[in-house]
Amino acid sequence: MMRETDTPDEPLAEEALASLALDSWHRKQGGRMVPFAGYEMPVQYEGIMAEHLWTREHAGLFDVSHMGQLTVSGEGAAAALEALLPGDIAGLKPGRVRYSLLLAENGGILDDLMVTHRGDHYFLIVNGATKWDDIAHLREHLPDDITLNHLDEHALLALQGPKAVDALQRLRLAPAMEGAPAVEGLSFMQAAPYHWGQVPLGISRSGYTGEDGFEISVRAEDVEALADALLAQPEVKPIGLGARDSLRLEAGLPLYGHDLDADTTPVEADLGFALSKRRREEGGFPGAERIAIERQNGPIRKRVGLKVEGRQPVREGAAVVDDQGNDVGNVTSGGFAPSLGVPIAMAYVPLALARPGTVLSLAQRGKIHRAEVVAMPFVPHRYVRQGAK
Amino acid sequence: MRYFTEDHEWIDVDGDQATVGITDYAQGQLGDIVFVEVPEGGKAMAKGDDAAVVESVKAASDVYAPVSGMVVGGNEKLADEPGLVNEDPEGEGWFFKMTLGDPSELEALMDAAGYKAFVAAL
Repeated sequence: MMRETDTPDEPLAEEALASLALDSWHRKQGGRMVPFAGYEMPVQYEGIMAEHLWTREHAGLFDVSHMGQLTVSGEGAAAALEALLPGDIAGLKPGRVRYSLLLAENGGILDDLMVTHRGDHYFLIVNGATKWDDIAHLREHLPDDITLNHLDEHALLALQGPKAVDALQRLRLAPAMEGAPAVEGLSFMQAAPYHWGQVPLGISRSGYTGEDGFEISVRAEDVEALADALLAQPEVKPIGLGARDSLRLEAGLPLYGHDLDADTTPVEADLGFALSKRRREEGGFPGAERIAIERQNGPIRKRVGLKVEGRQPVREGAAVVDDQGNDVGNVTSGGFAPSLGVPIAMAYVPLALARPGTVLSLAQRGKIHRAEVVAMPFVPHRYVRQGAK
Repeated sequence: MRYFTEDHEWIDVDGDQATVGITDYAQGQLGDIVFVEVPEGGKAMAKGDDAAVVESVKAASDVYAPVSGMVVGGNEKLADEPGLVNEDPEGEGWFFKMTLGDPSELEALMDAAGYKAFVAAL
C-alpha cells in the first residue's frame, strides 16, 4: 500500500523549495514537512484530526508565511485597484479589511485576496501559489505612479479559534496608532498596527477557519520569538496545512487553484458578496459585462456544498454524474469533516442541480457515491462581528 | 509466522490461512484513518492486486494483496471503527483473512527484523 491514489495538494517537488523563516521551529515542534506552494511547510504536528478539533475548541497557530504580502500606495491607489478587482476599495474605511478577487478580462478569477486600508496605503494578502503571477499582473496593470511593494521580509501567522483572543490579549500589545482599539476590541474584518515590546505587528481580526481569530504580519526576524510567545499560552497549539484545509472546507471557504481558477467567475463561485453594490452598478472592473449577465440570468454552473452519504471521502477530481451517467460537474474539494464526522465536498454543478436538497451522484475510482446539496458553511461561522460583542 | 512487504503490509500465516493488515509505520504515515473498504469473502486475488482501500483525512491509498489466494472475509468492525487501524494496526485493526494460493510466495517477504531494518532505512 502507501501509493496514494490522489494527493491534489502536493505539486511535484522538482523545483528547489524555499524555507520558511520558521522552518527549524516547525521541525522542533514535530511538524511533518511537505512541499506546498514552493515552500517546505508543516502538513501536521500531532495529527490532522486532533489539530482540527483543537482549533475549533481552543486556539491554533498557523504559519502562513508562504502567502504574499503586498502594499499598494500612491495617489489614486484605490481607483487603480478598483480597475483590477470588483470590491468597493474607495469606500473601504481606514482600519477595515475586505475580501476581494483579482479578475481577468473575461471575468475569470486570477486570485482571491484580502485588502486592508492602512491609512496611507493598501495592504494585500494573496495566495502563496499565485503570488508571483499576481505581482506580475499588478506590475503590468497598475499605473506607473502607483507603488507596489512585496513585503518578502515579513512572515504571517494566523491565530484561530474561540480562545485566540484570550491568548493574544496576554501578550499585552500596545496599539501603535492613535484611535486604534486594544487588540481584543477589533471586530471581524478590522485591522490595526500594534507593538509587542519593540516589535511592530500588523493585526487583523480575520482568518480561514470560520472561527474567531487574528492574522498577524510580523518581520521575519521577529517571527520566531512571537511564535514562541504565542505557543507558550496554554490555549495554543501549532496547526498544520492538513487541518487548515479541513477547517476551511467545513467553513465553506474556497481554496484558490482547487475551487477557484481563471476559468471560474465570481458568480459561478457563489462569491457574490465580493461584488460590491456600487461596483456592480458602475462596472469598470475586468469581466464586468459577463458578470452582470450571469447575475441577471444565472450562471451555467455554480459552486455548491455536498454532504456525502456513507463514510468514504469523495475528493477533488471526482465527477458529478446525472441519472443517465453523463458527466455534468466536478468535485473541487472534498474530505472527511472532523467536526461533523461525515465526508463533505464542494463541487461545481449545473444551476438546475444547485438547490439545497438535490441528491446527486458522484463517480470516484469506478464507484458511485450519493450526495446531497446543502447550504454552506457546513459548520457555522463564529466571527466576532461589530455590535455583536 | 508473520511476514512483511515493502508496501507496509503484514501477513500472519497460520497453516494454509493468513491474516493481512497494514503496519504500525503505515498507519503513522497515513494519519487519522476515516474509512476502510475490505474485500468480501470468495474474491480471488493475485499477488499485487488491489485488495482494500484505506482513507485518511488527507488521502486515499490502496492496499495490495501481499500474496495470491482467496479472500475468506474482511474485518467487518472497520466499517464503523476505522480508527482501529490507528489504535491497533497489527492486531484488532486487521484488514482481511485469505487462503494461500502459493505458499512459496512468502519466501520473497521480510521477517520482523528485516522489516524493521527496511523502515529504519527509509
